[in-house]
Amino acid sequence: MSTGTTKLDVVVSDVVPVNDLVTRFHFRRRDGELLPTFSGGAHVVVEMRDGERTRLNPYSLMGSPLDTSEYTISVRRDDIGRGGSLFMHRNVRPGLEMVISYPVNLFSLDLRAKKNLMLAGGIGITPFMAQTAQLAGQGGNFELHYTCRTASLATYADVLRERYNRRVRLYHDDRDERIDLDRLLSTQPLGTHLYVCGPSGMINWVRDRAASLGWPSEAVHFEHFAAPQPGLPFDVTLAVSGKVIRVGEQQSLLEAIEAAGVDPPYLCRGGVCGQCETNVISSDGKFIHNDHWLSEEDHRSGCKIMPCVSRFEGRSLVLER
Amino acid sequence: MAAKSIISRPVYGTLSPQPGKHHLFIADAEGALAISDMAARAPAGFFDGAEIVFIPGPDGKHVGMLEALRPAQFHQAPSFASLLPRLKQTLTNAHMGLRLYLSGTEGLIGQAMQVALEAGIDHTSIQTEHRGSLARRMQCVHCKGITENVTTQPATCAHCGLLLLVRDHYSRRLAAFQGVCINAEDRTEIPPIEEAFP
Repeated sequence: MSTGTTKLDVVVSDVVPVNDLVTRFHFRRRDGELLPTFSGGAHVVVEMRDGERTRLNPYSLMGSPLDTSEYTISVRRDDIGRGGSLFMHRNVRPGLEMVISYPVNLFSLDLRAKKNLMLAGGIGITPFMAQTAQLAGQGGNFELHYTCRTASLATYADVLRERYNRRVRLYHDDRDERIDLDRLLSTQPLGTHLYVCGPSGMINWVRDRAASLGWPSEAVHFEHFAAPQPGLPFDVTLAVSGKVIRVGEQQSLLEAIEAAGVDPPYLCRGGVCGQCETNVISSDGKFIHNDHWLSEEDHRSGCKIMPCVSRFEGRSLVLER
Repeated sequence: MAAKSIISRPVYGTLSPQPGKHHLFIADAEGALAISDMAARAPAGFFDGAEIVFIPGPDGKHVGMLEALRPAQFHQAPSFASLLPRLKQTLTNAHMGLRLYLSGTEGLIGQAMQVALEAGIDHTSIQTEHRGSLARRMQCVHCKGITENVTTQPATCAHCGLLLLVRDHYSRRLAAFQGVCINAEDRTEIPPIEEAFP
């Protein structure tokens, strides 16, 4: 059960290939009404009905928050993932009726900021598409530093450069262009807020350097949706509902719990929001924690797990569900 | 030490050295002792990137002790009002990475924090430590006038003369506790006046 959100019945109004890896999808409401208002950084959870299987993946909304006639997401194809992005690329065509969640924002702008410094890596550009549109509409002060592998994979770099010109700075990995991060972080005016979205290595690097250089954590915002990783199958006892379930190789623990007819709360399904946090009653084995929600202490304690992205290897696991 | 109360009543911690290269300290009177206590726990070279702005108390003490910490800059001011232009200028020119440390009376901490908030510093990222008097800066909710150094409960508004209950309800934006008329029904009713904020 998605916490506090109802579903939106939408139809795919357009599918636009952007480059070799990324495709953009446009959604409109089936009843022709406007979609709910959202703010830059919000995401929706897209339900993908693939035969017997339903996948629920979060994607950042990348359109302008000023236009709610349609929602747009961009999906990077992941050939070795669990198949959600491949389903979107292969099966989703204009005219397909789909269900998405209401938008939820776990990566919102702090509107008290004097300046917004944005760092994007790869497909991590998508929330910034919406945030820059929101800020530009309000005359907001921002600067975007965007790292991509090659010019041909620099998704929306051309659009951003055209819209915002020198406020966007590009770094191409294949040309050995690197952000001079310490210099960038040391020269920002007081009252700047930092936003970073990209691979987890980049997020950790930026957060670590910012903390060392005296940036308070209140001014550092990040988002990384961890895709649930496949792994060895494992058995779980759900103590409250009195069920024993098996989590398949390609299934997340949350999906397996849902498939057994138990309906735990969730929002982001990417290890970020904390809604599906579940108490461990007993365990004999090793946790594979993949979330960004629990503290290191929680991870070590073995008393909690985020079933949307984390797994388990061992003899027995009993959860309070 | 200020007693715990409703959520809007500020609580103060103990100054602790933060990461980074630039540190701005603002203290009055016994707030200097919070800085020297922290200095004992600070890494070597910490004060090389520090500026201390100090308003001595009526006894004039602690100036020498702060200078002995060898901060990059030391500035002494007779009052908060007199250091305000300098403080605003410092914050206008500052970069992210500057950390703020406020110690001393609640009035000093609150007013310095008010300026910091306007400069875009999140209040939870500011290190604070209360030392010395519990005297309050109070705003009369009726005439909006600010009365400094309120030590009694109730207290008389220095602007409109109403007798006010000094609440724990605090405004970070105004850097003041709220004072509400204590005898609005019958102005001749004068409750006993006690020394509540020594």
